[in-house]
Amino acid sequence: MDRFSRYVFAICVQGFRLPEHDAEDVFQDVWARAYERLGQLRDDDAVRPWLAQLTRRACLDRLRAGSRVEPVAELEGGSEDEELARIEDAWFVRELLEGLSANCREILDRFFCRDQSYATIASEVGIPPGTIASRISRCLRTLREMAEGRNDAPAASGGRT
Amino acid sequence: MSTYDEEKLGELLAALPPAPEAWVRAAQDLPLLRAQADEIVARAEADAAFRERLVANLNAALEAEGYEPDVRLVEQLRGRLEDA
Repeated sequence: MDRFSRYVFAICVQGFRLPEHDAEDVFQDVWARAYERLGQLRDDDAVRPWLAQLTRRACLDRLRAGSRVEPVAELEGGSEDEELARIEDAWFVRELLEGLSANCREILDRFFCRDQSYATIASEVGIPPGTIASRISRCLRTLREMAEGRNDAPAASGGRT
Repeated sequence: MSTYDEEKLGELLAALPPAPEAWVRAAQDLPLLRAQADEIVARAEADAAFRERLVANLNAALEAEGYEPDVRLVEQLRGRLEDA
């Protein structure tokens, strides 16, 4: 669950733009069903697509239950598909992040995913605030190289050795 | 996705923020709640008097038995006791 909770959350909130209380209900429903059936999946690679399908169905059910006859059409110009594709891209990058050093992962996650300031990151991670920007830049560069297939191995340390 | 630049990578990282902690904690509790519900339903099936107490006043019966009447546990039990 630790690995996929943000993925399920993104589908609910960004992919289908569910209001917060609906998104929370769907989030809980998805995990309740997931716990019941996860053991039946033999292939680890099947987990994410299965969760994605489960979440999409649960979101559509919730939208229909809210009297929206054509939920997809209500989203502007097929943007639901675009958002779901963007979430898939985001997941791809998220997985690449695992190939970075722990320090890089933490700095990038705090800055981009948790929207923390340089000062907060510096304080929490215990590094000088003046070095945060350069560390982010260095970690992103390594991530880009990995994404472009130029570097498959764990690399940048984010400055901490 | 075919091209990557650092700005786009940053946007994609930001597209997967963590789920709210309370949501995650609640979801992590689900297996425990399920196990508690299984235990209570099994007891109710074996003990008619206990089942009667549950049906009469679910919250009170749970509290009397030392269970915290979590709203999700209560909802789950209501459905399962009606079905049983």
